[in-house]
Amino acid sequence: MKSTADHATLAEKFNRDEERVDWHDGALWWIRQKRDRSANLTPQWEELREAASAIKSNVISNLHDYLVQFEENLTKNGVKVYWASDAEEHNQIVYSILKAKEITQMVKSKSMLTEECGLNEYLHERGIDVINSDLGEYIQQIDNEPPSHIVLPCIHKKKEEIGELFHEHLGTEKGLSDPTLLTRVARKHLRNVFLTRRAALTGVNFAVAETGEYVVCTNEGNADMGAHLSEVQIASMGLEKLIPERKHLGVFLRLLARSAIGQPITIYSSHFKKPRPGQEMHLILVDKGRSTLLARPDFRDSLKCIKCGGCMNTCPVYRKSGGLSYHNTISGPIGAILAPNLDMQQHADLPFASTLCGSCSNVCPVKIPIHDQLYKWRQVIVKEGYVANRKTFSMKAMSLTFASPDIYRTAGLTGRWILNYAPFAVNNKFNPWYKQRDMPESPKQSFGEWYKKNVKENNKDA
Amino acid sequence: MRVALFIPCYVNQLYPSAAIATLELLQKLAVDVSYPAKQTCCGQPMANSGFEHMAQSCNDLFIENFSGYDYIVAPSASCVLHIKDHLHSHADEDAATEIRGRIYELVEFLTDVLKIEKLDARFPHKVGMHQSCHGLRGLHLAQMSELVAADFSKPQHLLNMVEGIEMVTLDRKDECCGFGGLFCIAEEAVSVKMGKDRITDHTKNGAEYITSPDLSCLMHMEGILQRNKSNVKIIHIAEILNSSVTQI
Repeated sequence: MKSTADHATLAEKFNRDEERVDWHDGALWWIRQKRDRSANLTPQWEELREAASAIKSNVISNLHDYLVQFEENLTKNGVKVYWASDAEEHNQIVYSILKAKEITQMVKSKSMLTEECGLNEYLHERGIDVINSDLGEYIQQIDNEPPSHIVLPCIHKKKEEIGELFHEHLGTEKGLSDPTLLTRVARKHLRNVFLTRRAALTGVNFAVAETGEYVVCTNEGNADMGAHLSEVQIASMGLEKLIPERKHLGVFLRLLARSAIGQPITIYSSHFKKPRPGQEMHLILVDKGRSTLLARPDFRDSLKCIKCGGCMNTCPVYRKSGGLSYHNTISGPIGAILAPNLDMQQHADLPFASTLCGSCSNVCPVKIPIHDQLYKWRQVIVKEGYVANRKTFSMKAMSLTFASPDIYRTAGLTGRWILNYAPFAVNNKFNPWYKQRDMPESPKQSFGEWYKKNVKENNKDA
Repeated sequence: MRVALFIPCYVNQLYPSAAIATLELLQKLAVDVSYPAKQTCCGQPMANSGFEHMAQSCNDLFIENFSGYDYIVAPSASCVLHIKDHLHSHADEDAATEIRGRIYELVEFLTDVLKIEKLDARFPHKVGMHQSCHGLRGLHLAQMSELVAADFSKPQHLLNMVEGIEMVTLDRKDECCGFGGLFCIAEEAVSVKMGKDRITDHTKNGAEYITSPDLSCLMHMEGILQRNKSNVKIIHIAEILNSSVTQI
């Protein structure tokens, strides 16, 4: 679902219901606090982050070799390997695998990548029905809405709203909003889905180059249920999901769930390596902008991301604007640095949807300097011409003012004169500052003027 | 020790009392401080908006004004961080590097350079400390809540020397106020909501004043406080540290 409105506009809409903003903010802050407690209980937490970051640096510096090694081992294990340069190619590959087996129904889990690729829509147009089996994603799917968070896809929905959706789509009793009861209903429904689907697609959390296995981390066990019952198992992964050796998993598995939701480890960390007798396993390695990102030295560290969503939970802008305001599958701070690489024009607003407070970089388990990259994306976006001319003009005026002490003095005088004698010029609805904030009171003189009058000694520059 | 006082543009124009307090405080501590008259801005408003390339003449002027001093001190964490991270020069990079290493935010200058252990100040009020993000996560004026690391706070260390002050404990000790430079205009709704929520944390915990080493955060919160006719006031940390026993 593409949207034409920018983050500020969508966030303003989200903020019209302040009670909901408070509730959303509180829910995510609670998760941030769980993350803090869990990090504080883990020995050498900061060293773990450092180690994870260093391992990922090694991976992105040697990506070619690890990919070749991974492919060799996959093939040895009996897994069929595909390479897709973009979403279209990825979707075609999935379709061709399913078509060859005359499969018209597939169950899917743990894959933001296929969300990004628009796989469900692509397959639907070709007569193949896909069901997202992660509960949160399932809820988003029946509501025909994209996920608002990569780990908590329907965190923006209240339980009553989910109850309403279930009433409409699954025939539950009207007004039922007890999460346990609703989950039971979804579980029963999905159980039937698992039993009847011949094909299952999962994402990949970590792919081990050394062994050719891949690991999928879930709390619901749905990835396993889908994979174990399927005759065709497909995995889609971005090129960056590699780690060199199996022993490195210990670092990442300790960080992932703690950073995500403050849980020591996901309930299931499932290793997939070889097809069962009679089963087919396929793995698609997807580029989709990764190699372009690798070629941008200022931004390539964002390939380290393990998609924990910690930056979203801590980001005050995310908490108070909602994930859907980012109009991108991956929202929040990490989405804002990944999206411009894919389509700078479409996502030119996202790096500006931040105060650059830096909290995201501090929670990031692989130490991506997210807020520095936001700053750098702003420079690139302006240079490439993706900001309004009006802004360029006012920036030119500002740069001229600050480059000249004389113009600066006059501008300051005028500015304060306006604040004192003509507040109507600024205190109006066309001034976004004034909409919910008073203007600062204007002092009679600036510090510079005061200093000139009052300080004689040490005043050789004046 | 020759110290140049850098008073950022908006502090100069809108909050001269904080600048005067900074100057007086440094003078009380026997620092040889002067104010280069031709200073304007650190260039951050342009750079944070993506127009870093237009800030060069502003940078050159900064270098011209502030070269040759032992230290440059400013009552604004955000502007100091910007200079430290982004001041460069095509003409004289050595001079830019020199300045990046010599500029200090007021609090860190007092704790790290002057290493003061006592102050003659009195402020008998309940005060909430707003950690500016640039002071906290940029200049490391205090420990960041996200990290697993030993706690410390340079502003708190100084405020502990002030007689009569009572600090309030906040629910979220280092959350952003939502000012964010031009973010406060471009993302007005989120910016104001963040500011309101920060203020509520201070007021519900009993603060009469909100203080910070950054006036930009305070200016934003002051706008919201005044619109809502609140009695809670903002005050720059320099004004608290400079509030002498006789003044009150």
